[in-house]
Amino acid sequence: MNTYFHSVRLDRDKCKGCTNCIKHCPTEAIRVRNGKAQIIAERCIDCGECIRICPYHAKIAYTDPFSDIGGFKYKIALPAPTLYGQFKNLSSIGRVVMGLRLMGFDDVYEVARGADIVSCAIRERLASKDNLPVISSACPAIVRLIQVRFPNLISNIIDLKSPMEVAAIAAKREFAQKHGVKESDIGAFFITPCPAKVTSIKNSYGIEKSHVDGAFSVIDIYGLLASQLKKPGVVTIESPTASVYGVGWANSGGEAIAAGIQNYLAVDGIVNVIKVLEEIENMKLTDLQFFEGLACPGGCVGGPLTFENPFVARARIRALSSKIKNAEPSCEYARQYIDDGSVLFSQAIEARPVMKIDGDMLTAMRKLELIEEITARLPGLDCGSCGSPSCRAMAEDIVRGDAKEIDCIFKLRDKVTSLAEQMVELIGRDKKEKV
Amino acid sequence: MRAAVSERSSSLQISAMPDGFKENFTIAAGDFASAGEASARIKSILRMIGIDPAIIRRVSIATYEAELNMIIHSFGGEMTLSIDSDAIYIDCVDTGPGIEDIEMAMKEGFSTASPDIQMMGFGAGMGLPNIKKNSDEMQIRSNPGGTHLHLKFYIT
Repeated sequence: MNTYFHSVRLDRDKCKGCTNCIKHCPTEAIRVRNGKAQIIAERCIDCGECIRICPYHAKIAYTDPFSDIGGFKYKIALPAPTLYGQFKNLSSIGRVVMGLRLMGFDDVYEVARGADIVSCAIRERLASKDNLPVISSACPAIVRLIQVRFPNLISNIIDLKSPMEVAAIAAKREFAQKHGVKESDIGAFFITPCPAKVTSIKNSYGIEKSHVDGAFSVIDIYGLLASQLKKPGVVTIESPTASVYGVGWANSGGEAIAAGIQNYLAVDGIVNVIKVLEEIENMKLTDLQFFEGLACPGGCVGGPLTFENPFVARARIRALSSKIKNAEPSCEYARQYIDDGSVLFSQAIEARPVMKIDGDMLTAMRKLELIEEITARLPGLDCGSCGSPSCRAMAEDIVRGDAKEIDCIFKLRDKVTSLAEQMVELIGRDKKEKV
Repeated sequence: MRAAVSERSSSLQISAMPDGFKENFTIAAGDFASAGEASARIKSILRMIGIDPAIIRRVSIATYEAELNMIIHSFGGEMTLSIDSDAIYIDCVDTGPGIEDIEMAMKEGFSTASPDIQMMGFGAGMGLPNIKKNSDEMQIRSNPGGTHLHLKFYIT
């Protein structure tokens, strides 16, 4: 397999080598070495916490250049419902659809419609699941987190594609049928609130290959789209729109509500999700039917590639929702995609454990002992100045051969002090001898 | 699963602990703020060693229950994790009132936890039954001076 693609990257020139990102990374995937941050690829889950926290904007997300749409004869935009919350004084969702058309897309298929289909599929599928709680597959950062840290919970993940994937399948199929063109001539482009979705397009899970052909960030699209929205005139929207519930997926809990689940737990914010996944792994929540974990605060509206404050965006989406005609997702429409298996995963999600310190168990135990010894010698301040997120992480890095004890500034100070004392002593002896 | 050896005895000593990796965790009585920290550390250690995730899960459940038992019922003690090439061993040695009736304590739903503790959501009487269910071997020695719980999880 090729090396894993990551959307989250470092802009070396902007990185000052401060410790903000290493201290906030939920998987301890970043180190500062030689004055610059480094992302440990195997550990990174593309959650984007570092993008949010970096004061110098040195953490960036790779998204595709907008010119990529030129590579396809027909282009369809797949806007995440979060996009609707970005604009002030937006009269209706239809305006966004119109704006996207004016930007050069031949059609727009709302990801919220994909969410409607998935909501219907969850309703049917949940009943047959006895490995409780069933875990949502929608947030790719959470799925990745489970792969690297909670392999026991992989079997709890619902085997349904994300709304983005389902939207891409439906958009291409329906456009091809309507216009009598080949599906391979159609490019479907997701407008994403987060880097994790970009990664999930390049490194798909549960499926062989993503049907999405590229992704542009909400923030990159924002300016261009905002100027289109200001243009007078109304374009009538031919395509049917998503339901209130489908649009609600942008917010934490939206998926569970759309799927009509009573006994659910929705948790947002990656650190919070980790805590609850620990509890689920320890079998403490087996009375729960559904767990919806979203890496970003507030859900997708809190994505690091969005423009608007997540709370404002949520309120706007709520206001826009009151104007949506379809109160309920059309499960009649969803039927075709459920019955032919379009919504189902075709592959198992594999575990990708990264915490192991050595392939050999006995060696690992020896290394672990060493880590404990080194940790005990370190000051325990977790200051991050050495470039590792904590003293314990530094001890691990030393044992892995990625750091030296003297990288600790307190160790260095002790060393310098002791050297200085020795020098003073030497000079003193020298003087005595001369006298 | 082998039968649990459960008896009230005057000695708290159980056969010598194996060589290999060993780490001690101090558990303080009534320290609910730290509840779960020892078992979380144990979980992370086992992950680093590369133990099968399914076994880690069982150890994690059992040690969490044991840790809470010490917090709720004992005057405090030590939890020791030992690992050799065959198995993971957990030894919980505490001072305290001991378990008066081990047979009753092994029954699901039986609890001696105070109403205060039960108000906090603990003391459902599932602690020892859960520990037994998740371990491969379990031994309890208890007397009015304290309790020693010894657990073994096979890794080969």
